[in-house]
Amino acid sequence: MAIIGITSYGGYIPYYRINRLTIYGALGWLNPASLLPGEKAVANYDEDSLTMAVAAAMDCINGAEREKIDGLYFATTTAPYRERQNAGIMATVLDLRADIRTSDFTASTRSGTGALIAACDAVASGSAQNVLVAAADCRLGKPAGYLEEVYGDGAAAVLLGKEGVIATIEGTHSVSYDFVDHWRADDDKHNRAWEDRWIRDEGYSRFISEVISGLLRKYSLAPKDFAKVVYPCQYIRAHADIGKALGFAPQQIQDHMFTAVGHTGSAYPLMMLVGALEEAKPGDRILVASYGYGGDAVVLKVTEEMARAREHRGMKKHLASKKDLGSYEKYATFRSMLGIDTGGRGEEIAPTQLSTLWRERRTILALCGCRCRRCGTPQYPTQDICCNPRCSAVNEMDSYRFADKRGKLFTYTGDILAFSPSPPAIYGFVDFDGGGRWMFDLNDCDLESLSVGMPVELTFRRKYRDVARGIHGYFWKAIPIRA
Amino acid sequence: MADGIRDKVAIIGMGCTKFGELWDKGPENLMVEAFQEALADAGIEKKDIGAAWTGTCYDEVSVGKSAIPLAATLKLPFIPATRVENFCATGSEALRGACYAVASGAYDICLALGVEKLKDIGYGGLPQNEVQWGTRLRLVFPNLTPPGGFAMMGTRYFAKYGLSPQDGKHALARITVKSHKNGARNPKAHLRREVTIEEVMNAPIVAWPLGLFDCCGVSDGAAAAIVARADLAKKLRPDPVYVKSLQIAASSGEEMAFTEWDYSNVECTVRASQRAYKEAGVKNPREDISMMEVHDCFSITELVTYEDLGISARGRAREDVEAGFFDLEGTLPCQPDGGLKCFGHPIGASGLRMMYEMYKQLQGKAGPRQIKNPKLGLTHNMGGIPAVNVVSVCIVGH
Repeated sequence: MAIIGITSYGGYIPYYRINRLTIYGALGWLNPASLLPGEKAVANYDEDSLTMAVAAAMDCINGAEREKIDGLYFATTTAPYRERQNAGIMATVLDLRADIRTSDFTASTRSGTGALIAACDAVASGSAQNVLVAAADCRLGKPAGYLEEVYGDGAAAVLLGKEGVIATIEGTHSVSYDFVDHWRADDDKHNRAWEDRWIRDEGYSRFISEVISGLLRKYSLAPKDFAKVVYPCQYIRAHADIGKALGFAPQQIQDHMFTAVGHTGSAYPLMMLVGALEEAKPGDRILVASYGYGGDAVVLKVTEEMARAREHRGMKKHLASKKDLGSYEKYATFRSMLGIDTGGRGEEIAPTQLSTLWRERRTILALCGCRCRRCGTPQYPTQDICCNPRCSAVNEMDSYRFADKRGKLFTYTGDILAFSPSPPAIYGFVDFDGGGRWMFDLNDCDLESLSVGMPVELTFRRKYRDVARGIHGYFWKAIPIRA
Repeated sequence: MADGIRDKVAIIGMGCTKFGELWDKGPENLMVEAFQEALADAGIEKKDIGAAWTGTCYDEVSVGKSAIPLAATLKLPFIPATRVENFCATGSEALRGACYAVASGAYDICLALGVEKLKDIGYGGLPQNEVQWGTRLRLVFPNLTPPGGFAMMGTRYFAKYGLSPQDGKHALARITVKSHKNGARNPKAHLRREVTIEEVMNAPIVAWPLGLFDCCGVSDGAAAAIVARADLAKKLRPDPVYVKSLQIAASSGEEMAFTEWDYSNVECTVRASQRAYKEAGVKNPREDISMMEVHDCFSITELVTYEDLGISARGRAREDVEAGFFDLEGTLPCQPDGGLKCFGHPIGASGLRMMYEMYKQLQGKAGPRQIKNPKLGLTHNMGGIPAVNVVSVCIVGH
């Protein structure tokens, strides 16, 4: 049997964090027993599961040959669209080929590992060569509820293939039950949950143990055969107890990041896996298990190729790059919980011409411009006639992708008049390394931290949300280079 | 060989409403007021007008699209009427249509009228008009406002010339103080209070580095001009004002996309003014131009325009500003009427409002703001943002 496994990985954690004490300080009086330790990661107001998955995927495929990717699976329980394939948007954003398979995996925090196993099977069957799996979640706990402090935002991505495998997938095991400990109906915005003690003892403890024990039996493996075991739990003490009961030593249990990021739903097991891969040595076995109406478990073995793995931001660099949001009101505004007065200027959203969006999909979603074959000038958006006044070549353009280029901040402003959920609205011009210029919104920064000439990079974000017409509009923004 | 329009057309009548937050007046009222003043000033009758141009920018407020509101409101008798729109240079564009029609020999007398009713928007500033950039660009433009678009020029200008925010903002404040001083002496201006450097510099930021007083007002208003064949003009009144040049330049797209332009100037102003100087026979604008009304939508725009017009050397406009060169009593008074700063900027009207002041000054009718013996007046009307715009430069004189 050919070696199949992870050939690359990437991660994403939003820049902002909120200390759980800040949440408790705002609403703890309603539910005094809700206090949890540490902080959690919070998506910026223009981030959602799709944008975070794109960020993790870019971290994963940075340097890889995109044209060789022939599958993309997106896993989330918080997809921006219920009908409009989210993985399809992402494939366009990542400028992948059109003749590939794309699919959304959803409705369970197990969907991340589900997508991973499906991708592995696709590669094993020979129907795909390189499948990208990206998982992200941005779940919203109801204000003052326990889950509000539990849920964090983040994403992870892995590329599955046969060449340059850094971690072989040696086996999988799954169990499935309609164990309804938490749920969200089609019209619900927030999750509902049954009693915590039941979720902890009959849910996490029972099913993670069952799926891991099943896997060990199936492949005649024992806890001592693993360098790391990865599994989620929304109760810190129970997390440690589950591993201990299975026979794993504390140092074998992968850091749960619960006090730094929170429970990131579908992305959670894969984010911890990325964390484990960052520390792994050739020969290490890693066991990844997920939870959600049963569970999945996967055995990975790290190969010698790990030494040649590209540098990623993964978890480590994203964990180190952060800023405290400071106030619960800001968090509530970012998550559209307050129904703030945007003023007349913030109310007006022009209709989105979907035929324009289709025609210009690579320009808008993939940030592709063009490069003049005659004079070599990169330009954005795509032009028919070269913008270089000394060239002016007509229809001699090749496609040119700006999304993965860095640039220098050419000029900028912080605008109080423009509506922004996080004023001032900061925007400026970016001169790309290698040529080309465009004007972008800037985010994940303070006006005071900017200066003319500072290096910036591009990030895929939601540009607007047209609630009346059911449209999430996306584009790219510039941010100071992160990590 | 084309020989331009120099001295082929003259302005024989002008009208301008008071600008301001005219809550009790609709755009139709303003059009009639400006038109009747112009008609009376020219001493002609409505039937003498051969064709008309109207300038309005924002369809979503005011009178809507087409020239029908102009013709129907003024009860023009089925003459050719055209609406023009060229962003904030719309008013000058209307005048250009009328002047070029007369210069072509097709008409003896034409009308240009610009109007905008901005105070029916419902919030401060210009309308949040995303669609003005078209269906493609609106999807890739940031959430930009006019102050922000011009503020980026301030950031760049300060960085390029090594100005501290304090020094840069001081020069900008000096420009504002000068304009407010002039506007205070103008009964038609919207803002008629003098301000101090300290007030301006300490005002709340609108778009860094521009503060509240670095931005022009938002107001309602209308202005109109009646133009005639030069040979006919002298028979109609003793003091017509002759059009020496009326040039316009639109961005070629290279400022936005090509990295050579450095955002510390407005290239269209350079191009339009050079053509205008050539057509008008202006050799040295710093000495030949007697006075000017430039597009001071923001203080930084005025600063940069001094350089783009070739009045101040590159990077040196600040010194001229601080020395009072552009004050009403200075060598080359700029914004003698108070400018956009004090009039506000009802888009379609502004270019014609600038011309109204040059016209009155050249006729010696500018009252307490009268400049001594002016020869040539210049108007500069700009639409868009520094990276992509349209600029009109017009020179008029005896």
